[in-house]
Amino acid sequence: MSYNFRDLLALEPLNADELGFLLDQSKPFQEIQKHPLKKLATLRGKTVALAFFETSTRTRISFGAAASRLGADSMNLQAEASSLKKGETLLDTVFNLNAMKPDCLVMRHAASGATDYVARHLDIPVVNAGDGTHEHPSQGLLDALTIRDRLGTIKNLNVTILGDILHSRVARSNIHLLGKFGCKFTLCGPAMWVPRELEKIAPGTAIRCVYRIEEALEGADVIMMLRVQTERLNDPPFSANDYVLLYQLNAARLRRASSKAIVLHPGPMNRGIEITPEVADGPQSCVLEQVTNGVAVRMAILYLLISGATETDTHPALEVKRKESANASD
Amino acid sequence: MLLIKNGRVIDPASKTDAALDVLLDGEKIKEVGPAGKIAAPPGAEVFDATALIVAPGFIDLHVHLREPGQESSETIETGTRAAARGGFTAVCCMPNTKPVNDNASVTRFILDRAKAGGSVRVWPIGAASVGSKGDAIAEIAAMKEAGIVAVSDDGKPIATAKLARQVMDYCRSLDLPVIEHSEDASLAAGAVMREGVTSTRLGLRGMPAAAESVCVARDVQLAEVTGARLHVAHLSAKASLEQVRWAKSRGLQVSCEVTPHHFTLIDEDVQYDSKFKMNPPLAAREDREALLAGLADGTVDAIATDHAPHEPALKDVEFDRAPFGILGFETALPLALEQLVRSGRLSLMRMVELFTAGPARVLGIERKIAVGQAAELTIFSTNHAWTYHVKESPSKSRNSPFDGRAFKGAAVATIVGGRVVYKQ
Repeated sequence: MSYNFRDLLALEPLNADELGFLLDQSKPFQEIQKHPLKKLATLRGKTVALAFFETSTRTRISFGAAASRLGADSMNLQAEASSLKKGETLLDTVFNLNAMKPDCLVMRHAASGATDYVARHLDIPVVNAGDGTHEHPSQGLLDALTIRDRLGTIKNLNVTILGDILHSRVARSNIHLLGKFGCKFTLCGPAMWVPRELEKIAPGTAIRCVYRIEEALEGADVIMMLRVQTERLNDPPFSANDYVLLYQLNAARLRRASSKAIVLHPGPMNRGIEITPEVADGPQSCVLEQVTNGVAVRMAILYLLISGATETDTHPALEVKRKESANASD
Repeated sequence: MLLIKNGRVIDPASKTDAALDVLLDGEKIKEVGPAGKIAAPPGAEVFDATALIVAPGFIDLHVHLREPGQESSETIETGTRAAARGGFTAVCCMPNTKPVNDNASVTRFILDRAKAGGSVRVWPIGAASVGSKGDAIAEIAAMKEAGIVAVSDDGKPIATAKLARQVMDYCRSLDLPVIEHSEDASLAAGAVMREGVTSTRLGLRGMPAAAESVCVARDVQLAEVTGARLHVAHLSAKASLEQVRWAKSRGLQVSCEVTPHHFTLIDEDVQYDSKFKMNPPLAAREDREALLAGLADGTVDAIATDHAPHEPALKDVEFDRAPFGILGFETALPLALEQLVRSGRLSLMRMVELFTAGPARVLGIERKIAVGQAAELTIFSTNHAWTYHVKESPSKSRNSPFDGRAFKGAAVATIVGGRVVYKQ
């Protein structure tokens, strides 16, 4: 098994074996996060360009940390500092970055498909760090890793996603990943954000849209919260109070889910809007594990795309452990 | 003089399908007779049309030539050369130029440029409202005197029902068709493709089919109130077609056109490639089926290209940011042959009607092959195998989703005013 694509643009085109391989490759990097010394030399001399054309804090820092822990350098382009405001086209901006000879481009952009478009014109690996309302593949992978750690499997689970599904790239990546492992999806939120078309976006995956949170939580193994983007509450004008009344995840509602159910949130959370502090900080919540796993998943992605490694190669994280145990026996 | 010999003449206006010779003398058809029976007058040029179809000159009701104002995307000279290659002998250019064709001096400018450098006839369409802004009615009478053949605020609908009604009233008195780009602006705001499973999957903002059909519903009812000639441009939705069918069943003077891309492609073909971005956007599979049925049963009156050139610098950007529109002239006939005729859905006669007598009726003119008629002919092959390479197009733009597509059949010669303006 190996990952045979130059880029990571979306999870939709990947099959279960390829997705499973990416998750397995992340596993040893998860261990690295627990070490006191987390830095490897695997990608020493390599450069990762981080181009975030849309503001981001945690994903940008997470990719930066991943690059640095693999020993790579990173170049940072941030939207506010970019030339786009000066009228340069996206392609010109990216060509200029590429002329500085990075080994990989990690890109976030507000337009769906912008990473596909850029990747068609570049000769280096491109990683989609979120494109508009399309996909956020590394988030999908880190969520799956978190679920697998907590529940022991990602197969045949009942997954409930709550909130603004229509505008969520996180929801799409999760559906395309977990759906290939037999998970069934229940999508729930106000009808404007949960159009029926969503039931057909992943042929072969069981997806249903419901509009009552009580129904959506019934028997759920995994509950994924989405951030209520406050700007979306104004288009159409829609009351935050109504949202809380109908869709806020609180402890009473959570009891309708499976007793072992876990709660995920891609962050940043709006405490008191989509989720109560009690649930966000409760034992079923995995939000901080998700963040930790994010670094591991992104290390695996950068490692595989830049080094072109396959399963038969020795995993760099194992190499480190071997060295450590060798040192210990000295 | 020009003698076209041994062609298969297909003339929907006279229901002719026969091997005939056609003799052109200057601007007029001088003689039509059985193949081989017309002797070439001394000095006459002879065109051997053996194994080719000889049709009345194709009319395109909906094109953008970008002049004046956006000459880096197209000019009247380059656009009409592409039109001639596609077999069109006359093109109706929309008024959304810079400045907008909302007064007689712009109309005259366009006609002057066409006379100076145009390969085919250019029939301007005037704006319905000043600047196509939807506030005040444009100087439609003065533009008519200067030479417009219809009015439209294309690119958007006439802004309000009230103004649409007033324009229809006025144009009825002037005997001009009102061409509507039917779109409810509030439903379509911000959208870049048709709303459906594909837009939801791709995370692209979609406009519902109803964005078009609610506007068509408004306009056909206003056509009934006013008795005006209403023509629905680039109709793409099944529900809109049903509105037109309703209007026709009531005997209203309502017509509609369909583009080759809407009868060929669907929303599922969109893959973040701006060459597939146009307005109205590619519709659902069932809409395409309905359009094909409407083209066959007579509900649709014309095939129009909505030729919309955009220079690469404008079009080669993120899907969200790219302007709407694609090239249309050179692929219209081959797509019609492929999708409509060879698929068995339409007869060749009906297809030719959609390019000739159909659009002519919308404009209130005749288009047929008979003595005394205009010497405008389109001669085409139904089996010539070729591949469309957009880089070879005379158009200044390259925004075609059909680049590299293999076709059978194409225009072989385009004759305007008795002269061959394009020959393969």
